[in-house]
Amino acid sequence: MVEFHTSLAWEIGHKRRKLTAMKVAVCVKQIPDPADPGALDEATKCLKRDTKLILDESDSYGVEMALQLVDAAGGGEVVLISMAPNSEVNGLRTALAMGADQAILVSDDALAGSDALGTAKVLAAAIQRAEPDLVLAATESSDGYTGTVPEQIAELMGLPSVTFAKSIVAADGTVNVQRQTEAGYDDVTCPLPCLVSVTAGVVEPRYPSFKGIMAAKSKPVDEVTIADLGIDAGSVGWAGAGQEIVAVEEAPAREAGEIIEDEGEAYQRIVSFLDELKVI
Amino acid sequence: MSVGTIWVLAEVAEGGVASITHEMLAKARQLSDDVVAVFGGDGASIAEEVGAHGAGSVLATGDLGGALPGPSIAGAMAAAIAGGAAPKAIMVGTTYGGRDVAGRLSVKLDAPVITNIVDLADEGGLVGTEPIFGGASNVKTKFTSDKPGIFLIRPKSFEAEATGGGAAAVSALDVPDLGATGTAVVTNSFVEASEGPKLDEAAVVVSGGRGLGESDKFELIEGLAAKLGAAPGASRAIVDAGWVPYSYQVGQTGKVVKPDVYIAAGISGATQHLVGMKGSKTIIAINKDAEAPIFGVADLGIVGDVHKVLPQLLEALNARG
Repeated sequence: MVEFHTSLAWEIGHKRRKLTAMKVAVCVKQIPDPADPGALDEATKCLKRDTKLILDESDSYGVEMALQLVDAAGGGEVVLISMAPNSEVNGLRTALAMGADQAILVSDDALAGSDALGTAKVLAAAIQRAEPDLVLAATESSDGYTGTVPEQIAELMGLPSVTFAKSIVAADGTVNVQRQTEAGYDDVTCPLPCLVSVTAGVVEPRYPSFKGIMAAKSKPVDEVTIADLGIDAGSVGWAGAGQEIVAVEEAPAREAGEIIEDEGEAYQRIVSFLDELKVI
Repeated sequence: MSVGTIWVLAEVAEGGVASITHEMLAKARQLSDDVVAVFGGDGASIAEEVGAHGAGSVLATGDLGGALPGPSIAGAMAAAIAGGAAPKAIMVGTTYGGRDVAGRLSVKLDAPVITNIVDLADEGGLVGTEPIFGGASNVKTKFTSDKPGIFLIRPKSFEAEATGGGAAAVSALDVPDLGATGTAVVTNSFVEASEGPKLDEAAVVVSGGRGLGESDKFELIEGLAAKLGAAPGASRAIVDAGWVPYSYQVGQTGKVVKPDVYIAAGISGATQHLVGMKGSKTIIAINKDAEAPIFGVADLGIVGDVHKVLPQLLEALNARG
């Protein structure tokens, strides 16, 4: 490569980056700490969310990806989109401390009991307010894991989408994504604006710095209700959920196994066990 | 007894019809005498195989010309339903492609998806069973409207079973104009090389987790797997940490495995992981924390250090020849 070309390419690239400052919306979910065992509310059969909520670790990858894409574009903005009860912002503050610029939080009592489709309707309407070039989401949440919300949001917004991204490069109004497949991965090209869902491990999420944590306290969080978003209460929450839980049953427990403390000889028991199973 | 027409999303893997499709066809046939395979591709290419597994007919879009298939298949299904087709249920596999179809279709029909289903039964309406809390409880859910019920089915929930039926009759399924939603295009496909048996088909799986300490130590897992003719697997923690590729991951995200023998080394047994391997016939766990949840599902649990137990085990197996 001749030096002249390199610097010319850099200059063109630099100008282009300035022109293509990117606005990225990232869907983030605030969930009960997965380290605490979950429980269902007896009456409503919903996951209990009465403790302080934290940022779903799955979403930290999307936040990091967004920060890196905005950086690579030479400027722009990362807007967090979240729906949570009781004006919860604890998880949002974590993502803001990582470097996101602002957040839109939808909090409304009418949203209790919302299923994935209802949730997608709310998030899509909130994202629309931000008018982003790119929408990022995790492939699924760690607590509900329906894994359908990102694609439902894309369809509601009339956007193309690429799910299960393991890398994203944005340039010239398109994204090039390596998309996870059963056998390996596909290269997928998609024009902006679009939605991309990212797998855990797509990037290494940064830890919030002390400065970031302090700065996050004063970053704007725009709290809105479903009325602000023009959403009818009948289409979300319990009223909008087109499914009903008919039973929650204990699964048959596995019989307790044989547990041995290793004192240097336990491997022999594995060998004899594998022998009994005719594996060896 | 038949619940009405059931559509099954057909997918292919390595040239043939995917095992998840065979599994869903087997369950659909138990519930309905009108089972239709819906396919985003050339219907003739799968007609014989899905026919032999119980599909009476195939609805196929034809070649999608490189478009990422989800929007096209969902669009075609929704158009057919708007045009009068009335499937009672639409069974879609929990696969990379399947979730795209289910999500898009859900919006087009304004109908929810019941997800993570491991069983489907006719109880005066179809009821799906979803395991939660790592399989400790089962939640049974039904739809409350008359719209087609979209069920996302987890792999390995049902036994595939050939019926000996003849080739299914193929009809065309038209893809409507999708506007912007259809503009994502696959430009290249890569297959990640893997040696030995496939993770989700292997009779024996040896998985490693964070307890291995560092990425180099995954060699212990590979060594034991090679010795036992097993497939190596991994917990999400070490996939996220970049020690091994995503294709190794066993769990909620990742592969569901049901081998005869599952060996978990240095894996604590987070819900995320248990969901993917709890169905294994026999489970052997090695972990230094006696309180680790993995011991709750283990048939043989060794409370010990994987760095000591694994090399000893491998040496003993090598000594046997």
